[in-house]
Amino acid sequence: MNIKLKLYASLMRYLPDDVADRHTAVLNVPEGMTPAKLIEDRKLPKESCFLVLLNGVYLTPAERETRQIQEGDAVAIWPPIAGG
Amino acid sequence: MGWTQKILRVNLTKGTCESEPLNMQWANDYLGSRGLATKYFVEETDPKVDPLSPDNKMIFATGPLTGTASPTSGRWTVVCKGALTGAIACSNSGGFFGAEMKNAGWDMIIFEGKSAKPVYLTIENDQAELHDAGDLWGKSVWECESELLKRHGEEGRVASIGQAGESGCLYAAVVNDMDRAAGRSGVGTVMGSKNLKAVFSRGTVGVKVKDPMGFMKATGAAKKILAENAVTGEGLPTYGTQVLMNVINELGALPSHNAADVQFDGAAQIGGEAMHAKRETDGKANLVSNAACFGCPISCQRRSQMDPNHFTVKDREKYHIVSGGLEYEAAWALGAATGVSDLETLTFCNFICNEYGMDPITLGSTVAAAMELYKVGAITDKETGGVSLTFDSPQDLATICEMTGKGEGFGKEIAMGSKRLCEKYGRPELSMTVKGQEFPAYDPRGIQGMGLTYATSNRGACHLRSYTVASEVLGIPEKTDPHVTEGKAGLVKAFQDATALVDASGTCIFTTFALSMEDIAPQINAACEGDWSTERCMEVGERIWNMERVYNNAAGFTGADDTLPQRLLKDAAKTGPAEGLVNKLDEMLPEYYSLRGWSADGVPTSETLGRLGL
Repeated sequence: MNIKLKLYASLMRYLPDDVADRHTAVLNVPEGMTPAKLIEDRKLPKESCFLVLLNGVYLTPAERETRQIQEGDAVAIWPPIAGG
Repeated sequence: MGWTQKILRVNLTKGTCESEPLNMQWANDYLGSRGLATKYFVEETDPKVDPLSPDNKMIFATGPLTGTASPTSGRWTVVCKGALTGAIACSNSGGFFGAEMKNAGWDMIIFEGKSAKPVYLTIENDQAELHDAGDLWGKSVWECESELLKRHGEEGRVASIGQAGESGCLYAAVVNDMDRAAGRSGVGTVMGSKNLKAVFSRGTVGVKVKDPMGFMKATGAAKKILAENAVTGEGLPTYGTQVLMNVINELGALPSHNAADVQFDGAAQIGGEAMHAKRETDGKANLVSNAACFGCPISCQRRSQMDPNHFTVKDREKYHIVSGGLEYEAAWALGAATGVSDLETLTFCNFICNEYGMDPITLGSTVAAAMELYKVGAITDKETGGVSLTFDSPQDLATICEMTGKGEGFGKEIAMGSKRLCEKYGRPELSMTVKGQEFPAYDPRGIQGMGLTYATSNRGACHLRSYTVASEVLGIPEKTDPHVTEGKAGLVKAFQDATALVDASGTCIFTTFALSMEDIAPQINAACEGDWSTERCMEVGERIWNMERVYNNAAGFTGADDTLPQRLLKDAAKTGPAEGLVNKLDEMLPEYYSLRGWSADGVPTSETLGRLGL
C-alpha cells in the first residue's frame, strides 16, 4: 500500500531522493505497518522523533508501536521543536 | 537586591526627571516588570482614561532578574492602557535595552503627561535628561536608533518608535535594538501620543543579588537544563519559532485567509525549513544565522537577508541588510492569514514592521480582514484609492504594508486595526479580534484551549498569556488532546498564572519549555530579599492576573467580552483533523470562572480578592 511520510526540520535528510515535495515521500509499505516500524525501517533516529502525527493527529509513544497505518495515510515527524 | 530599588519618574508635561525609591511592599507582592509596573499603573491611573490622553501613563519596566546572570534575562516590558484595546497593555520585548536600563540602576521608568514638542530621554547610569527630538521626529526606528547611538555612544541601547507611532497607527510598537519589539496592543501609539520619540540607555552600575553564590548555583543549574533539553538546546536555536508553521498546518489549526480556512497550501513555502533553503534566484538562503538576546543561551532569533533583486527591494539598498527575520507569528499573520506564500515578500513586510514600528500580528490580520472586505465588495477601489487588496497577492500585501507604515492613503485605515475597519464598512464579524486585538497563529477550532486563552486574555487575544499549545500540541509538560475541552480551564489558569510570574521576573517565557517553577523560583529566591518559594511565585502570578482583570472590569470590560469571533464559534473547520469542529468556549468558560474564584459573569469575588490581598 502507498502511504506518505512527511519529515521536517533536521529529519528532512532522511527523505529519499525521489520526494513528492520538500517534505513528503510516497512510500510503498506492507500491510500492518506501524509508525514505530516505519521509523525503524527508514533508519530515523528514534530519539529525534519527538512529534509524530498520523493524519495530523498526535500519537503517544505507545500508540506509535501499535497503531496500524492505512492506505493513503500520512505520517508526519518532527525532531524536538517549539515556538511561540 | 535583584531590584535596584530606584524608579525614574519622567513628567513629560513639566520636562522633569526625578528619582524615587521603589515601593518594596509592592515589589514583594508583585515581583517586578509586568506585575510591579501594572501595580504602579493601576494605583496611579484612572481606569476610564483615554489611552491617548496625557493622563494615561506609560511604564518601561524590568524584573529583578533582568540584566543578571539568569538565563534569558534580557526581558523588559511596556505597561500602559492599550491604544488598540482600551484594556491593560503589557508588551514584552527582548534584545539588550532592558538589561542596559537595569544596569544603569533603574527598575522602572514612569512616563506621565505629554511633552509640548517631540523629545527623547537619555539615561547614563543615574543621569537622566530630556532632549529636543525635533530633528528625529519623522524618522524611522532604524534611522532614529542609528542617530542616537552616534550621538550618545555606540555602547548604549535604544528603544524608539517609528513613523507609525507618531502618526497614530493604533498598533504601533516600541522597538529596541533595531528589531526587537514590545509589539502588541499599541504601546508605541501611547508613546507617540506623549511626543516621546526614544529612550537611550547606557548602564555600568550592575545588578546586585541577595546571595551571589546561591544565585550562581541556581542560574547555573537552569542553564544546564536549558542546554541539555532537546527543545531549548537544539530545536529552537536551529529552526526558531518558525518551525511551527508546518506543525500547526498539519494539525489543521493554521488560520488562513482571515480564518476562513484552517490549513494553508503555502505553509511549506514560508516556514522555518524554507528559510534554510537556498533560493532559486540567487542561490542564497533567506536565513543568515540565529542570534540571542541578552544573557540567552537559547538563541532562537532569526537573522535574514533578502534577495536584493526581489521586486520589493530592488534598487533599495537599505533593505539589503541582515536584520531581524521572520518569527512564526509574523510569518503567519503576513503570510497564511493573507494567503501570501512568497517568503521574500513576508520578510520585506516584517522589515517594514521593524522600520516603521508596527505589530506584525495586528497588521497582517488587519490586511487579511481588508482583503476579505475587498473580496465581498464591502470595500472597492473607490475606498482604497485604487489599491488592490486581493488575497494571495504578494504585490498587494507589500504595497499596503508600506502605505500603513508611512500613514499614506488607505494605509491610514489599515492603521486602525481590523475591529474599527470592519465596523466602519459594516462587517464587524470579519474582524478576528478579542477585546479589539487580533488573535495570533493558532486556530481555536483545532486547538480548543487556545480559544479560552484568547477569550480571557487580559490584553486582548494573545498566545503569550497562556500558551497551551505547549501541552495540546507539543506535550510540554504533559500531552493533552487539542480537540477536547475537558481539563482546559485548569490548564489555561495554570499557564496564565505561571506566565505572569515569569514575565514579572524579567526572563523569557521560552525557558518554560524546559524549566519548571521549581527551577525558576530558586533563581528569584537567591536574587531577591525574602523567601521566594514555588508556592509564593504561583500566588504572585495569580495576584497579577486578578489585578489586571480588576482593572479591565473597572475600565468597562465585562464577561461578555470574554468571547471569540463568531467565525470560530459557528463556522466549522473545513479540512484537516479538526474538520467539523468549532471552538466550544461555552464548555470551558464557566469552569474557568469557577476555578478563578470569579462570579458567573466574570467578576473576581470579594473572597478571591481578599485571599490575594487585592
